[in-house]
Order: sequence, then structure tokens, then C-alpha cells
Amino acid sequence: MGSTQLPPGTEESLAATTAAAAAPGEPVEMVQLLGPDGKLGSDPVFSDYAKRIDPEKLRVFYTDMARIRRFDQEATALQRQGELALWVPLTGQEAAQIGSGHASQSQDYIFPTYREHGVALVRNVDLAELLKQFRGVSNGGWDPRENNFHLYTLVLAAQTLHAVGYAMGIQRDQKLAAASDSTDPKAAVIAYFGDGASSEGDVHESMVFAASYNAPVVFFCQNNHWAISVPTEVQTKVPLANRAKGYGFPGIRVDGNDVIAVHAVTEWALEHAREGRGPVLIEAYTYRVGAHTTADDPTKYRESAEEAAWREKDPLDRLEKYLRAEGLADEAFFDQVKADGDELAKYVRSTTHGLEVPDIREAFASVYAEQHPLIAEELAWFEEYSAGFESDQEAAN
Amino acid sequence: MATMTIAKAINEGLRASLTNNPKSLLMGEDIGHLGGVYRVTDGLIKEFGDERVVDTPLAESGIVGTAIGLALRGYSPVCEIQFDGFVYPAFNQITTQLAKIHSRSLGKLTVPVVIRIPYGGGIGSIEHHSESPEALFAHTAGLRIISPSNAHDAYWMIQKAIECQDPVIFFEPKRRYWLKGEVDVENAGLSEDPFKAHVVREGTDATIVAYGPLVPVALAAANAATEDGRSVEVIDLRSISPLDFDTVEASVKKTGRLIVAHEAPTFGGIGGEIAARISERAFLHLEAPVIRVGGFHMPYPVAKVEEDYLPDIDKILEALDRSLSY
Repeated sequence: MGSTQLPPGTEESLAATTAAAAAPGEPVEMVQLLGPDGKLGSDPVFSDYAKRIDPEKLRVFYTDMARIRRFDQEATALQRQGELALWVPLTGQEAAQIGSGHASQSQDYIFPTYREHGVALVRNVDLAELLKQFRGVSNGGWDPRENNFHLYTLVLAAQTLHAVGYAMGIQRDQKLAAASDSTDPKAAVIAYFGDGASSEGDVHESMVFAASYNAPVVFFCQNNHWAISVPTEVQTKVPLANRAKGYGFPGIRVDGNDVIAVHAVTEWALEHAREGRGPVLIEAYTYRVGAHTTADDPTKYRESAEEAAWREKDPLDRLEKYLRAEGLADEAFFDQVKADGDELAKYVRSTTHGLEVPDIREAFASVYAEQHPLIAEELAWFEEYSAGFESDQEAAN
Repeated sequence: MATMTIAKAINEGLRASLTNNPKSLLMGEDIGHLGGVYRVTDGLIKEFGDERVVDTPLAESGIVGTAIGLALRGYSPVCEIQFDGFVYPAFNQITTQLAKIHSRSLGKLTVPVVIRIPYGGGIGSIEHHSESPEALFAHTAGLRIISPSNAHDAYWMIQKAIECQDPVIFFEPKRRYWLKGEVDVENAGLSEDPFKAHVVREGTDATIVAYGPLVPVALAAANAATEDGRSVEVIDLRSISPLDFDTVEASVKKTGRLIVAHEAPTFGGIGGEIAARISERAFLHLEAPVIRVGGFHMPYPVAKVEEDYLPDIDKILEALDRSLSY
């Protein structure tokens, strides 16, 4: 990793160029490095960050985006076949998730909402465990402490406050570490949410708290344009990134379908946070190409032409064009990516079938951390009740 | 032994926790230099600094939500909600997150957050400053709910709440903040377990169960009943969730009659839960139906008429008469 010190004046130029208040309808500055045509552009601040991404890393970005898209298709199919109760597709948002996920370091802690399968992949969460929730065998599924990737939060925006509190904890830990000359790397937190959740009061409160305490947190908003059936225009009259200005920290709109720009901007923001310069809001401008969930029907509220227009900006296509044009990946690479994706899909399908149905006793055991007489009493009743059926069965045999 | 008010006892209990547990911290509105609107945190910011006694922005969901995050990072936050009626903006964080994270993670994560709430009426205040919302939280699995009625319990129960690995809502009987009592800061004694009920007065003819602000009222009613030759047992519940039905059951098996008193409305309240459980556990020992004394099914009334709303000695004696003459 390069220096975390920005050149003099960068903060000012960021403030001036990236989050300039735009009236409704006015064009908004958006950081973009890799355009839909697959050509690499430049940015006065973020090109330096993009230069840190070597060809191998670019191939990893592509592989991960392709794998998570393939996973998304498989999970959707599993839902259609009745193997999952529900699925929340991410197609279209691969660059926003893979780019930002790869910008995080292992000591950073991540609070997702419920669509961040791509970030989960980057954080090495077992994707079969991720499906437990959607198969109805767990309300969580993985151990958040293993990968510093928190459980999905379904009540929108609640996790943005947890993220800020966690970041306040990191601040306190770092003060203690500084006093003891610890060499632990500095950490930050990413709070994921969407354009819909941006209207929730908890997002406002989390930004107020983050600003008040200068908490090391990056708010990563994926503006995918639709909160189920309600378009972003109903949630906000200004670009969401501009809201940061009102809280007193930088806000940046980035092309969410440009994995290079997303990575560069997120890396900058995380360094900003880790170095104690406070929170950052990133608005990743992207699009939910599919339905909100498998229970949703987008044909009822939006034009297929809109979806088609966004498919032209596809995050995978543009990186593929770039990799091919620059000679950074050959046909064998893309064949391998496809094979890896199919392998992942196979793995997920077979492990989903094998996901164990838990015993309700697990639920009794995890309501409280400490002994609780009512839990014990109700469990005892349940055991006795269940035993009654067993002895009936024995009698029948 | 030291004599102190309940407010001072909580203050001393918080001081002891802040001293003993470097990961504990207090957060809330005006709890720093002001010492809280009831001065419960008075002087603590001077002693422990503003990283451990944190004045927060005016946002209850923010207070509880960030406390959850701090707990996930290994801290033991103690939140102050300024008044009972202001806890509702945090209701989502408390019920959908705080109460469920341990369960959601199948026990892998703990969120040892304490939420202090001054509650109850009788102080002549304006709307939202006199409510008793404990039943709303007791209905939510994953939370523990306790309420002290005296200074010794207040000193020890707040410390036990902070030690507990589960989230605890600590309801403080605000109209008793200035009630003095003896506190043994060396020995917790019976206060060791904050989730057990205490028989605070023994009797043989009937049992009154109360908690928090109504314990002194129940005791006064029991004393008044001696004039009619009645021997009344009084139980201080102390914990609302879990609820110590064993202690109540044992008492009812002895007295045969039960009155439950709380300031919260009777409908859907804790009294109904106690009545149902005791009916199941001690039906044949009951000489009369369980009688509840509580608030009416109305928003907490204006201060000038709150005396008509609140359970008092006479209302409890009237219930006692009904039970004894059944």
C-alpha cells in the first residue's frame, strides 16, 4: 500500500469537485475511471489510487465479479425450484461490491445490509452459509468474528448505527494501543446501505454521531435506483453524496459499475478514516438490473428500456473489454473464470441441499447468554411434550 | 454501611463499575457536565473523562444503536434515556437488534448493553415524563428488565446489570430518587442476584407483589392493614424479566391471596402475566381471584389528576378487601 498522506490541497479539491451541491436536474460530478467503452480515463485524485491496482488484481476483480454473478443466478434458480424461500439478487451491483470489498483490509469490520453477497465473497464468507438465512435454517449463518463481516441486517439502516458504535470502539482501542506502543494495524468500518435506506432516520443519526466523534467509518451507499418499486427521486432531491456536506464530511459519487474507480475511492476513504480524519460517504451510482427479491416484479413499475440502458453500462463487460484490449487476459482466462463460476454454482447447489435443519433446542439455547428460568421452564415443557409423542410412537410400534 | 439516596446509590454503583471495568462507559443526553437531568451521573465525567462518560447527540436510536456497535467491539456501554416516554425512538434498535443479536448469531455475539430509564409518575410532570413502559420490553425475548426499589439494591443491581452478558433495561423509579436508605458497599448480600424477587415483609393472610416505585406503597398498605388485624406479605419483584414466579408461588401457597400492583396500565401488563402463571401453578391454593391494581387504559393523564390514576395505599387496601372478602 502506498502513502496514506494525500498531496496538499487534495481535501479541498475533493470537496470542490466531488460533492459540489447540485440543484435537482443539474449534472453531478461522478468519479469514473473505466468507462462503459472499456477505456481508462483519469482523475486528479483517484488515478493515483487506481495505479496501485496491478494486472493480477484486475483479473481477481473480474473473477470475483463473474463468480458472484454466477452465484446470484444459481441462488435465483434455487429459489425458483423451491430450495430457498427467497433470494435477493445483486446482479448489476458487482463492481460496487467487489471493488469496495477488495479495498477493505482484514482488520476493517464490515456491516452489510442484506444484498452484499459480493462483499461476503471477498471477505471469504462461505456462500453456502450465506444461503442458510434464505433457506430458513438460520437467521445469521456465519461467525462474523472470523472474517470481520457482520451478519445481514434486515431492518434497513439499523446497522449504520452499529457501524458507527463499532468505529467508536476502534477509536478507543487505538488510543489504548498507542499508549502501549502496539503495532496492530489501524482499522476502520464500512457501513453498507442503499438509496432506499438513506431515508431511514438511523442513517441520519449515524452520520450525526460519526461526525460528532470523528468516527473511522465509511458509509457506502449503493444507489441502485430502486427501493423495491420506488425510484431514488422519491427518496432524495439532491445527489445522495451531497448529503455528506450537511454533516461536515466528504461525500463522493463514484460510478458504481466501474470497479477500478470504486476500489480507488473506497481505498482513499478507508485510509482517510483509519488515519483519524473522520467519516466519508461514498455513493456508488449503480443499478439493480434484476428484481428487488424473487418475490418482486419490476415489470409493474419500470420500463424495460431503462434496464436495457443500464445493461449497456455493465460492470463485467467493461472490465472484460479493458483486459482484452490491454492484453491482460486471454481466452483461456475467461474460459477458466466461467469454469470457476460453474464450479462455485455446483458447490452451492450441493451444499444447499445438505444444509442441516436445526433443532429448535438451538433457539432455546441462544436467546440469552446467561441462564434464564423462563427459557429453562419452557424447554422442559417442550421436552416433556415431545417425549409424549415418542412414547405414543413406541406404543404404536 | 452508608446512608444515601437511590440516585446517589446508582451514581456510586456506576462509579464502581467504571473503576472496575475499563471497558464500561456511559452514554446519553446531558450526562456529562450537567450530570444528567436527575444528576444520577453527577461528577463522573470529571473523574473518568469524556471518552467514558459521553454526552451524545440528542437521538435515542443513535444512543442505543451506537451502544450496540460498541458492545460488538467488546465494550460495556450504559445508556441513559432521559425519560421513559423518550425511549420509543430507540424501540426499533432495542427490540429488533439489541434483543436479537445474540440469538441471530446462535450465541456467537453478545451485546452487554445496559439501558437506564427513569420511569413512572407521581412527579407532577408534563406529557411523556411519567410513563411505565416495562411490559412493552418484557414481551421481547432477549432482554432482561430489572427495577430497584431501594438504595442498597440500586447500588448493587446497576453493577450486576453491567456485568451481565445479556442486554438489561434498568428501570429507575424516578419519584424515589431521593428516598434514602442504608447501603452496604462491601457486601451485596441478598442483592447479589438481581433477577430474584425478595419477600420484604412477611405475612400470612394475603400477598402483595410490587416493584420499583410501588414497593414503599405496598409496604405502607400492608402496615395499614394490620389495624384490621390482617397479616400481609409484600414481595419486591426486583426483576420483571426474568420473573421470579417461584418466590411468588411459594408466598401464594402460604397466603392464598394475591394482589399485584404496578403503575403501568393493567391491560396487557405484568400483573396479567403473574395472575395467569400463578393460576396455573397454585390454582387450588387460591382463595380468591388474583387482583390487579394499576393504571387505567388511557395515556398517562395530566399531572393535576395523576393521583386518581396512580395506584396508592387506598387502592391497594380496596383490592385487599375485595380479595379477603371474596
